[in-house]
Amino acid sequence: MTIVSDKPDVSEEAPKGGPSQSKASAAVKPRPGALAESGSPLVRPDAAAHLSDEQVAELGRELDAIKDEVLAKRGASDAAYIRRVIKVQRGLEITGRATLLVSKHKAAWVAGTAMLSFAKILENMELGHNILHGQWDWMRDPDIHSTTWDWDFVTPTRSWQHTHNDLHHRWTNVVGKDNDIGYNLLRMDPSQEWKPFNLGNPLYNAILAPVFEWGIALYDLELPDYKEGKKSKEAMTRDLKALGLKALKQFTKDYAATPAVAMLTGSGKQALYGTLTANAVRNVWAHAIIFCGHFPDGTDTFTEEMVEGETRGDWYVRQMIGSANISGSKFMHLMSGNLSHQIEHHLFPDLPSNRYAEVAPKVQEICQRYGLPYTTGPLLKQVGSTWAKVFKLALPPKKA
Amino acid sequence: MIRLRKLARAASLLTTPLAPEDILSLFNPVFSARQLRGVVTRVVPETADSATIFFRPGRGWQAHLAGQWARIGVELDGVRHWRSYSLSAPAGQDPAITVTDMGAVSGALVRGTKPGDVLFLAPPQGDFVLPEHPRPLLMLTAGSGITPVMSMIRTLVPHRPDSDVVLIHTARTAADTIFREELAELADQFPNFRVTHWFTGEQGRLDFTSAADLDRLCPDWRQRAAYACGPEGFLDDAETLWEAEAAEATEAPSAVEGSLTIERFSTKLAGGEGHDGGLVTFEASDREVEADGDTPLLDVGEDAGILMPSGCRMGICHSCLIPLRAGHVRDLRTDEVHGEPGQLIQTCVSAAAGPVNLDL
Repeated sequence: MTIVSDKPDVSEEAPKGGPSQSKASAAVKPRPGALAESGSPLVRPDAAAHLSDEQVAELGRELDAIKDEVLAKRGASDAAYIRRVIKVQRGLEITGRATLLVSKHKAAWVAGTAMLSFAKILENMELGHNILHGQWDWMRDPDIHSTTWDWDFVTPTRSWQHTHNDLHHRWTNVVGKDNDIGYNLLRMDPSQEWKPFNLGNPLYNAILAPVFEWGIALYDLELPDYKEGKKSKEAMTRDLKALGLKALKQFTKDYAATPAVAMLTGSGKQALYGTLTANAVRNVWAHAIIFCGHFPDGTDTFTEEMVEGETRGDWYVRQMIGSANISGSKFMHLMSGNLSHQIEHHLFPDLPSNRYAEVAPKVQEICQRYGLPYTTGPLLKQVGSTWAKVFKLALPPKKA
Repeated sequence: MIRLRKLARAASLLTTPLAPEDILSLFNPVFSARQLRGVVTRVVPETADSATIFFRPGRGWQAHLAGQWARIGVELDGVRHWRSYSLSAPAGQDPAITVTDMGAVSGALVRGTKPGDVLFLAPPQGDFVLPEHPRPLLMLTAGSGITPVMSMIRTLVPHRPDSDVVLIHTARTAADTIFREELAELADQFPNFRVTHWFTGEQGRLDFTSAADLDRLCPDWRQRAAYACGPEGFLDDAETLWEAEAAEATEAPSAVEGSLTIERFSTKLAGGEGHDGGLVTFEASDREVEADGDTPLLDVGEDAGILMPSGCRMGICHSCLIPLRAGHVRDLRTDEVHGEPGQLIQTCVSAAAGPVNLDL
């Protein structure tokens, strides 16, 4: 398998400006599609410094083999799995919302809000996130496809796919390239320059959690890029329009239409509290899971020298030592959209999520054999670890 | 109808980003906001390797004309495959396809379909249909080529006493002949319908190199509007014969009044061998580029100055998907050559394997 191209850099020939060009030029250089099979980056991360070029290449081949093994097995049972999750999710969603329509009864409020919270979490994590990654595109089902799926989340899918799939997954934890390190709001890595603004780190994070979907929507607009002139005005207008429309629909559903119908039974106010609570529960949960992906103790960040000349094996290494898993029950894995297998997800972002669990022990074994860290821990420990970092990095670095 | 649509729009305020149909599909699998579906109601075996599958289509299906075909989507091991099948049911009735096991998809349909299964559908199309004005007809069919013609016969013969239909059907043996009993019954019951079976296993191929066989089986064939459906060779031979007769007729006018309408199951573009590339056509951009078999289509398009959607360029983000219109591509990662019209392909990791048409 060689994907090497000696084609000249496209961004130099391409006309300047235009929305799609500005995105393309960001994605073109250097081309990870042309990642070398052998060689080495300028600098290898500390955790992998003991590995030779040949060892890294061999590790890459072993991980390729794990992927091929899953691809060979992927089939009808996987298709049945995702359809079952969709069915359960839609059942919960419609039953929960219907129950909220009579939520002046306390039991109905609790049951309706709980079902809707579960539905929203399932929808965003196991369905939305994974389908929008293209994990289920192989089925060729237009109902379950990365190009047609829309989620119960305020950020428009296209914007999110760009910042998440294109940028975050390619430049995982490379400081200066992966803006997911702190989402332009928090200081999450010691190498990020400290400013007095960062004193509010814990406060910002606490405020962010219950309104996480709005934070992501704002983040996906790539405002810093726009200010620096890297994002065109046309692209900005287009993204703002898409967000406005999506936000209006989401807002109408949860905060106008549902309470309005519930008013027929005198449950309008309670229904509004129900949808507000469900969205907040989902936001807090998603925030916790996502922060556990790359911020707990044991995860590494990288410098731009480390991706200069990066080989395919080094790319894999970076994904593994830059991510952290969450250990727990099957139910926990489902509710996290299998992002509890963050390491496996980052190695194989387009493998169906239901396969990560069986891949995990093999990946862990490889890490052990090559002397690489494989960070994992129970949810509370990992959440604690990310919050510790949030607090610690609020303060300026100690002068040596 | 209009009220229903208003109701659906109101309901979608509560279901967004889903459509109300997405929720209704929990109760009835025919509902879908995106994809026309049908539920299998009955499966009737025809011969050892063919069966008729009756289905009830969801909203959005248009009633078919006798002789038309529809694209049918089937799932094999979780992956959707599309094939075209002629509708064998008469016009005005619930649709049915008659399928002969000839490959993975048709095999799964014949052997694996049961009532209650969901089929994915595209509305019926095709202009292999009955003439507008009554005319004496000659039907020439071979093997499973009988299916669209069966729809015509079922539509016309029992309901139009003034019709005049001759069917010449060739199959390998009597046991391989689809609809044999029903054809015999129709011929018994309706004097305006005549059927001749030709068994190639005993009689060899029906010979179209001269008019001799036809003259014997249907002496007035020149006066009939002819319809032919069957394998490529069969149709080519028939076409040659009719052309030859037409050429003669220009010398002696009025000898041939008949015309020949044929139904060809479109032949697929052959995939490239190994690493051979091919001509890549960007249909909407109206541009053609020669590509080798090792360059991702994304690069090919960009080199040609086309604004290709792109993302990670390593096959993981699926930002670069473009629908394939025709031809085959090679997955640069696995070397697998694949491609069906309408399939979305990852241009960043797919190269041309023979001529390729893209919807961009």
